[in-house]
Amino acid sequence: MNLTLQVWRQPGPTAEGGLKEYKATDVSPDMSFLEMLDVVNERLIEKGEMPIAFDHDCREGICGSCGMMINGVAHGPSRGTATCQLHMRSFRDGDTIVIEPWRARAFPVIKDLVVNRGALDRIIAAGGYITAPTGSAQDANSIPVPKQDADASMDAAACIGCGACVAACPNGSASLFTGAKISHLGLLPQGQPERYRRALSMVAQMDIEGFGGCTLFGECQAACPKEISIDVISRMNRDFLRAAVTKPAERSGGGGDG
Amino acid sequence: MWALTLYRSTIGKKIIMAVTGLVLVVFVIGHMAGNLQEFLGPARMNAYAAFLKSTGELLWIARIGLIAATVLHVLMAWQLTQIKRAARPVDYTKREPQVSTLASRTMRWGGVFLLVFIVFHILHFTTGTVFPIASQPGDQFSHTDVYGNVVSAFRTPWVTAFYVVAMLFLLLHLFHGAWSSVRTLGLSKPSDHPLHRRISTVIAVVVWLGFSAIPVAVLLGVIR
Amino acid sequence: MTLQLDARIPAGPLAGKWDRHRFEMKLVNPANKRKYTVIVVGSGLAGGAAAASLSELGYNVRCYCYQDSPRRAHSIAAQGGINAAKNYQNDGDSIQRLFYDTIKGGDFRSREANVYRLAQISVNIIDQCVSQGVPFAREYGGLLANRSFGGAQVSRTFYARGQTGQQLLLGAYQALEKEIAKGGVTMFPRAEMLDLIVVNGRARGIVVRDELTGKIEPHLADAVVLATGGYGNVFYLSTNAKGCNATAIWRAYKRGAAFANPCYTQIHPTCIPVAGEHQSKLTLMSESLRNDGRVWVPKRKEDVGKSPTDVPEQDRDYYLERKYPSFGNLSPRDIASRAAKEACDDGRGVGPGGRGVYLDFADAIKRLGEDKIRERYGNLFEMYERITAENPYKVPMRIYPAVHYTMGGLWVDYNLMSTIPGLHVAGEANFSDHGANRLGASALMQGLADGYFVIPLTIGDYLASTKLEQVGADNAEVRAAVAEVERRTSRLLGIKGKRTVAQFHRELGRIMWEYCGMARDAAGLRKAMELIPQLREEFWRDVMIPGSGAELNQTLEHAGRVADFLELGELMCRDALHREESCGGHFRTEHQTPDGEALRDDEHFAYVAAWEYGGEGREPVLNKEPLVYENIKLSQRSYK
Repeated sequence: MNLTLQVWRQPGPTAEGGLKEYKATDVSPDMSFLEMLDVVNERLIEKGEMPIAFDHDCREGICGSCGMMINGVAHGPSRGTATCQLHMRSFRDGDTIVIEPWRARAFPVIKDLVVNRGALDRIIAAGGYITAPTGSAQDANSIPVPKQDADASMDAAACIGCGACVAACPNGSASLFTGAKISHLGLLPQGQPERYRRALSMVAQMDIEGFGGCTLFGECQAACPKEISIDVISRMNRDFLRAAVTKPAERSGGGGDG
Repeated sequence: MWALTLYRSTIGKKIIMAVTGLVLVVFVIGHMAGNLQEFLGPARMNAYAAFLKSTGELLWIARIGLIAATVLHVLMAWQLTQIKRAARPVDYTKREPQVSTLASRTMRWGGVFLLVFIVFHILHFTTGTVFPIASQPGDQFSHTDVYGNVVSAFRTPWVTAFYVVAMLFLLLHLFHGAWSSVRTLGLSKPSDHPLHRRISTVIAVVVWLGFSAIPVAVLLGVIR
Repeated sequence: MTLQLDARIPAGPLAGKWDRHRFEMKLVNPANKRKYTVIVVGSGLAGGAAAASLSELGYNVRCYCYQDSPRRAHSIAAQGGINAAKNYQNDGDSIQRLFYDTIKGGDFRSREANVYRLAQISVNIIDQCVSQGVPFAREYGGLLANRSFGGAQVSRTFYARGQTGQQLLLGAYQALEKEIAKGGVTMFPRAEMLDLIVVNGRARGIVVRDELTGKIEPHLADAVVLATGGYGNVFYLSTNAKGCNATAIWRAYKRGAAFANPCYTQIHPTCIPVAGEHQSKLTLMSESLRNDGRVWVPKRKEDVGKSPTDVPEQDRDYYLERKYPSFGNLSPRDIASRAAKEACDDGRGVGPGGRGVYLDFADAIKRLGEDKIRERYGNLFEMYERITAENPYKVPMRIYPAVHYTMGGLWVDYNLMSTIPGLHVAGEANFSDHGANRLGASALMQGLADGYFVIPLTIGDYLASTKLEQVGADNAEVRAAVAEVERRTSRLLGIKGKRTVAQFHRELGRIMWEYCGMARDAAGLRKAMELIPQLREEFWRDVMIPGSGAELNQTLEHAGRVADFLELGELMCRDALHREESCGGHFRTEHQTPDGEALRDDEHFAYVAAWEYGGEGREPVLNKEPLVYENIKLSQRSYK
């Protein structure tokens, strides 16, 4: 098939950017979206032009490097699919595809479709962990974790940190990302001692980074390649509210209560 | 201080919106239930109005509470809108909403419209300030005959139309707001379909029907 | 031989070596730890865990990764699980058994002491990860669940759905972020190590190119840890991430670190087959699928074009179950891969180009129900369907082997230190534990063992027992290393030829897959050793790299990596050619048993081949570290 691409080109962080048109010819429906871009890029390089810069690495939907706005939809038209796993069979011959970078103040554009997502790392650094220094652990089976809690925790832990939730959110909010980590850790008994300080510090960092607030459009959930549910946002808010209002004592044990 | 912690954070601001929103939802439902007494005739309706007025200070406490809730609700909405604007300084040339509802996307402008409506509504039926322009020629606003005020106002078709349209906005606002407030407060249980909103749909539709029934009934001559 | 390959294996009985060594190693006083700076290159399981643990101990750590975040390292893509000798299933597992399985799985080409330590530490890893909040799969009673994996008859693999690597990496990454927030680790994302700085024979730093600004600068330290992963991308198509590269270890090799067993590559049997010329990478389907899937091809060539459901049971050849009745579909990776290749070479392969075999879940679905299968492998099935547009619940998957892991890597001693003092190597980047073939679910185990439990201790021993002089950016050797990187970068940019980097990479991949892939022979390897230098020469004459070095230039990054692959590929072929035996992932067609199994030559080849850089234009020098087996008896590996 033959496609027309309109790609955001921006030579550098402070440079002016704009949409530029490219023809993608002889595209096979079995190609992934990134393989289609590879082909376009190779033709550009052969002409001595700068190829379209985009982040990508594992190309199997797990590293979270790739991500672009494809026809106004984060990661494109397939649900639960990262850009690298989107295949060209989702498009039709003659389609025009508009490709833009993630857009948020907290995700400044570096070049073309490459943005800086360091803000997400800093949210994790603010408290998205369990303090368990190497060597301090007891036997893995000494604390049983109910299967449903472990499963729910895993659902939230599946986040790949791609930033599609922010990109798709009309408010530019990172609530799904932050809520996912708070839920992953808060659902496990190991995560209880730091549960409430974690909620306070991660939420504070989210604000410092300049993300917008959540108004529960639900767009994040639809954009998430791992289909993480907005339930994690409710959980984050609950933990945050309890932490802010009642300042609960830090405790051990317990589990996925509340 | 916890209130400050809330006020300083986007989630806290949203929590304040949710709490004030829920206060207003409860008020709206009560208000609607009270209004429906219009169908029971002038004696009942006016007696109800008189009862409310007889509560004196309590009424003022309620009024101040509602005004405070509204002001906080609007203030937080305004601040969150500013934060949202700042969060994406360069917008997409193309964006296609996937699952967000019309209701969620019209919360801000719909909210502004509702605010205008509320002001109008208070000037119309509480103080009577704008009553003359919206009622039948010759009818006078009366602080005791609430029933009569209603009948007089809604015999004017554009007034009925305006109220019914306003209630459509309220329907949308409640459809998203009643649901999202509960989620924002973290009171919802995890769900396989977190975007489904049964209770708020019922609230939104009932409130819309309840409020719209009165002006429509007046216009159709059912209430006279 | 010029190199002294002293593996520094502690004396005493096997089971007590690590304990004894921990006692004998010198310690750095807690107050002095913060005076030392350690560079960790790579932020995957080995690097991330090492950086976090070293910082917890009090060292100043500087950690580097080429990705935009340390969370993206390719460890994240490991699917199936991580082994540990916990014996939670009471099925006869033990440290001794995990040790033996790993040595045997590696076809008796790994070091006893290292592997035994790995088996011992495996137990602590699971404890550590659980306490970090890794959401491993659990039974209804709340205890940890296990699954089986290839090459083992016990159930010792811990898993988190099909995303075990992701969850383990996130655990290490979160610990790393915690240390970054505390100031113990300085993180340098989007930074590529382009050379090693060796001063007075010791590793003292690295030369780094900032990918955003193009700035090339020296970063100095008291010790350097390379945890930069494997070199599977030398084949162009592999299950590695696109960015995975050998540059760090190759630069270290050229600075004097010996490269051990470069020819040992693992070809993973269960990957999604190539769909066409445009293919940019291959996607793995976890080995765990072989727990419930049955591998088959049609018995007759005439049936390969038929729909799989139209081939009746009696016309199917479940070749793994037929050839290896006791391990069946759970035969080790090298054996399963070669068997698939044989079936396809025999003309019985299915799918485009006849390069595929079926992995069929019909029986398991019948036995356990679709829901159970969905619970176990749902995300893998979805991934398969996204890529191929076929529903594996209804039609069998098509799979084919693909390059997955490289057992070879920089030579290290028991302390994971290379032949350059101060240069430690962890994870897939070293050669240490897997011999000639790695068992499934063992890479995660090794990466974390190295990172959490070995490197943090052995670095201390090195620092405590070494006197280091001050080295500044104005040091002659530092300046020379920086100048060398600058020269090389501008040379690459100055070529302005006609062909793209990807074209050269694909061409190299074709040569490697053809002549140094699943089956190798002397004639083919010699041919490859002629073709690769030609291709390399062409590359340096005709490659096209647009843009400048002072900006984000992904083509330039790729070109530097391919330039190194073009040298490493040749060394791999040289190693494969010299190893006149078959073992594990290295299969020489000249050396096989009458029924086509790998035929080892323990008399002549029970050693580690550690190649030493010979200088520009000169041949590398082969050094040998004999493998001494004191605790197990070498045997012909059999999974029948």
